[in-house]
Amino acid sequence: MFLEQLINGVTLGSIYAIVALGYTLVFGVLDIINMAHGEIFMFGAFVGMLLVSKAGVPLPVAFLGAIAVTGAMGFLLERAALRPLRSRPGASNLASLISTIGVSILLENAAHRIFGAGNHPFETPFAEIRFPVGPVNVYLVQVLILLISLLLMAGLALWLSRTRGGKALRATAEDLTTAGLLGVDTDRMITVTVVIASAMGGVAGVLIGMAFNYINNQIGLSMGLKGLAIIIFGGMGSVYGAMAGGLILGLSETFVVAYGSSGYRDAIAFVIIIGVLLVRPQGLFGQAAPGTGH
Amino acid sequence: MKVRLQALAVLSSALFALVFLGAEKPRPRVEPIKARIGVISIITGQGAGYGEAITNGIRLARDEVNARGEVYIDLKIEDSSGKQEQALSAAQKLIHSEQVVAIIGPTLSNEMKVVGPEANASGVPIMGTSTTAKGITQIGKYVFRNALPESQAIPASIGMAVKKYNLRQVALLYGNDDVFTKSGFDTMKEVSENRKLRILTVQEFQKGQADYKAQLTKIASLRPDAVFCSALYEEGAVILSQARKMGIKVPFVGGNGFNSPKVIEIARDAADGLIVATPWFVDRNDPKVKAFVAKYEKAYGKKPDQFAAQAYDAFHIVANALKAAGAADRDRLRDALAATKDFDGVLGKFSFDAERDVVMEPNVLIVQGGKFRVFQ
Repeated sequence: MFLEQLINGVTLGSIYAIVALGYTLVFGVLDIINMAHGEIFMFGAFVGMLLVSKAGVPLPVAFLGAIAVTGAMGFLLERAALRPLRSRPGASNLASLISTIGVSILLENAAHRIFGAGNHPFETPFAEIRFPVGPVNVYLVQVLILLISLLLMAGLALWLSRTRGGKALRATAEDLTTAGLLGVDTDRMITVTVVIASAMGGVAGVLIGMAFNYINNQIGLSMGLKGLAIIIFGGMGSVYGAMAGGLILGLSETFVVAYGSSGYRDAIAFVIIIGVLLVRPQGLFGQAAPGTGH
Repeated sequence: MKVRLQALAVLSSALFALVFLGAEKPRPRVEPIKARIGVISIITGQGAGYGEAITNGIRLARDEVNARGEVYIDLKIEDSSGKQEQALSAAQKLIHSEQVVAIIGPTLSNEMKVVGPEANASGVPIMGTSTTAKGITQIGKYVFRNALPESQAIPASIGMAVKKYNLRQVALLYGNDDVFTKSGFDTMKEVSENRKLRILTVQEFQKGQADYKAQLTKIASLRPDAVFCSALYEEGAVILSQARKMGIKVPFVGGNGFNSPKVIEIARDAADGLIVATPWFVDRNDPKVKAFVAKYEKAYGKKPDQFAAQAYDAFHIVANALKAAGAADRDRLRDALAATKDFDGVLGKFSFDAERDVVMEPNVLIVQGGKFRVFQ
């Protein structure tokens, strides 16, 4: 049973990590709290579901479709809910928090209207492929989820630290005005970031559908809250922190059920997070915020 | 004082039965008994779907009864919006200004908790058709119900499953953040203990959870003969699907929350082997049920659900009692209602016990080949 639960935990943790990576880009790096991220990946899941289960297209096409739709939604979100506030003098970060909450409520209800309430089966033959590893069966989807989460993590880390675009993004995050004066097209940088984060949400949505077989219009909320907790736990803006935080939360939730009491699943997982934050307030991989005296 | 009054009521009704009913038997009634019956239901707001089914069932029954010509019933339907205070004022209006002889409703057990005492104190028989909580008919001797409580449905389904599959050890799984699924679980646990089944593990989940693999992996490793699962159908269907995919092939026994065609719609093949007990089975091979379903479908364009069927039978039970009482009198009607025995309705044979609660044999169903079928 240990091995099976380990696989369950790693799968759940990898999904949390992908969701958290999307948050960490926008929330952690840009300092914008994007509460609509969960709903965007919920839309990604529905687009993937419609393409795979209803239209019967191959899986890679479904991924591309979900990425296209969520990427476009990210673009619209930036144009409609973030940029108009950014250019206004006196608008604080909280203004964008509220506007993205508005977008998330809008999207959740739109999903209810368009797709209907309740669970929708996410059926793809790919999700049925499995092979025995020792005494247990491993689904190919579970391996894929882990691989994609690791790839996204590595890709983001490289992009942020090694490329001109990543450098421009970090400069933008550090100081919007200065970066602009130094010739960085900050509006474009922010748009690109939100679009990339949203597109990753699309990937996460399709993976969730394949892993759990079902999606509904509430998964954005439940997964989104976990994703937010993970980036604080892992350290704001840290790509590795999002990955480690996601895996730790997924594994601890699973093992609480396996060896403890399933009724305390979330409670114990979050007690662990609180415990870590008391010792390291900046999170696992976070750097102490400047100007706080540390 | 109260005891004397009760004794007087019993005495007078006995006398009445002797003198009146005995003599009257063969002669067909020329003038129908005219009576006004009140209905309290959820017509607007959240839960209006229940109220629609209930009032549809009642109207259909009213038309049948009035067409027969022995009893003529005038319906007064009031809206409670599912709120206690509105249900209470509706009841007061029906009892005092409309002078109804009996009330059918209200829809929710919570509403009955405030409406029941009012009707009881005013001496108006009241019958819940969907109030399944504990202690409803214990409110007083004017309070009746024909809604099958889960505490009767679950023992029936578990009993059949134990007999058929020779169950010895079971796993329990339930939603711990919902009063309804929690109380279903309590019944399952009690029945398992009474039947000396070994409970291997009790697993919990929360509403809207997407991933049940951790709980199911644990259940699978213990190799139970069956899983007793108290869940609403949204979660239940996902649990079934993930369990089957994980290789848990044993039967699932569910509570009333599982009793929905939606389970099959969502879980598809994985729903096979799910056992539930229900007062109402729309595909039952019974001419009375078939006639009711056809009539209902013709009138309202959809198949009757459990709420419509229970309300339909409740109205017929009241109309029958009214006929037996011989007059539109609240006390006579109460006594005639309490004497209802083996009423043959669309839910099956129905009687009231000494506490005016349900005595009936629920249908135990199993999902096979993507359909609910009678479990034998």
